[in-house]
Amino acid sequence: MHAFDYHRPSNVKEALALASRKDEGRYLAGGQSLVQAMKLRLSSPTDLIDLNAIGDLKALKAESDAVTIGAMVRHAEVAASSGVRKAIPALASLAGIIGDRQVRHMGTLGGSLANNDPAADYPAAVLALGATIVTDKRKIEADKFFKGLYETALGPGELITAVSFPVPKRAAYMKFKNPASRFAIVGVFVADFGGKVRVGVTGAGPCAFRQADMEKALAAKFAPESVASIKVKADGLNSDLHASPEYRAHLITVMAKRAVEAAMK
Amino acid sequence: MSVKVSMKVNGKPVAADLEARTLLVTFIREHLRLTGTHVGCDTAQCGACTVLMNGKAIKSCSIVAMQAEGADILTIEGVAKPDGTLHPMQAAFKENHGLQCGFCTPGMVMNALDFAKSHPDPTEEEVRDSLEGNLCRCTGYHNIVKSIMAGARAMAGKP
Repeated sequence: MHAFDYHRPSNVKEALALASRKDEGRYLAGGQSLVQAMKLRLSSPTDLIDLNAIGDLKALKAESDAVTIGAMVRHAEVAASSGVRKAIPALASLAGIIGDRQVRHMGTLGGSLANNDPAADYPAAVLALGATIVTDKRKIEADKFFKGLYETALGPGELITAVSFPVPKRAAYMKFKNPASRFAIVGVFVADFGGKVRVGVTGAGPCAFRQADMEKALAAKFAPESVASIKVKADGLNSDLHASPEYRAHLITVMAKRAVEAAMK
Repeated sequence: MSVKVSMKVNGKPVAADLEARTLLVTFIREHLRLTGTHVGCDTAQCGACTVLMNGKAIKSCSIVAMQAEGADILTIEGVAKPDGTLHPMQAAFKENHGLQCGFCTPGMVMNALDFAKSHPDPTEEEVRDSLEGNLCRCTGYHNIVKSIMAGARAMAGKP
């Protein structure tokens, strides 16, 4: 790991001021992706601005119409939260299958979204639930947040403070995981808002995306057979040693079908 | 840049001036000389470096020491009683032959200690799930699972 200067601001204002002064600075959330990337020298920030001491980023509020989760809330906390489990059980169970239990004790919602790994789990939920990403400057709609491979709508120094998830009528997430890394080879999150259905897909493309054909079919009839015959095009999907684009395209349909089945239970 | 770090390790306050890039596991092994915490893969896959931070299992190779500033850290050296009496989880590993070469064992035990707190009588499936972040390259999982099931019950005072 290359050397860097370490900072531990105690509030958001201080964190933003530090970020504005350091061109090559990075925010440090749980560090479960960033520290590993720095060890491999894939990332060499001059400054790390550690967000761990900022209490304002750790709030979690579950209400009947929306769940708002602070950027520094750990995956394990979301998974265990009785409020989240009651309001959006699919979101709690998604958080409970990210990585492994050690990773879930450190990893955070804000860190996952800012990093935007193509195989991360949270982006599928953020898209399918139509969440709003709150930053120090503005509110960003889910549909406008994920821009490409590790690329988001966040500007330089912009900090995610919280994410607000609308509560659906029913929802479920199904992940076909890589057995070694536990990242999604393909993950599909289906959310039914009563007549309006959103489908978020992760792991398959450069970043998470919605599947419009499935959304339309499920809005007409929310049942597994509505998506079973939808063939997803393999164009532009990821290819690596784990799966070909064709295989991923096929998995999107299979995972969507299973997610709908799970949501109906 | 050097930074001042202070935390509690196995109940004892420790402090040091470190390079900011020092990983928690490096601090534990090379500065405190507590070498029971192992570095297996160094890429967050194997879990041999698992320690408890404020009671929760984390991979000490995946955070810099400064992320543990002010925290309470428990390593494998702090698990048995000072007189050498094994913790019930350690005793269960011994009893059930839950180790072969032993390299992964400290990480397995630390993760199991945290897991058992919320699972006093876990099923085999729950235990196998809990081990997603711990690898045993001797592949001796069967007895590790048995050990954790027995250790969890022993910790809860169940036969």
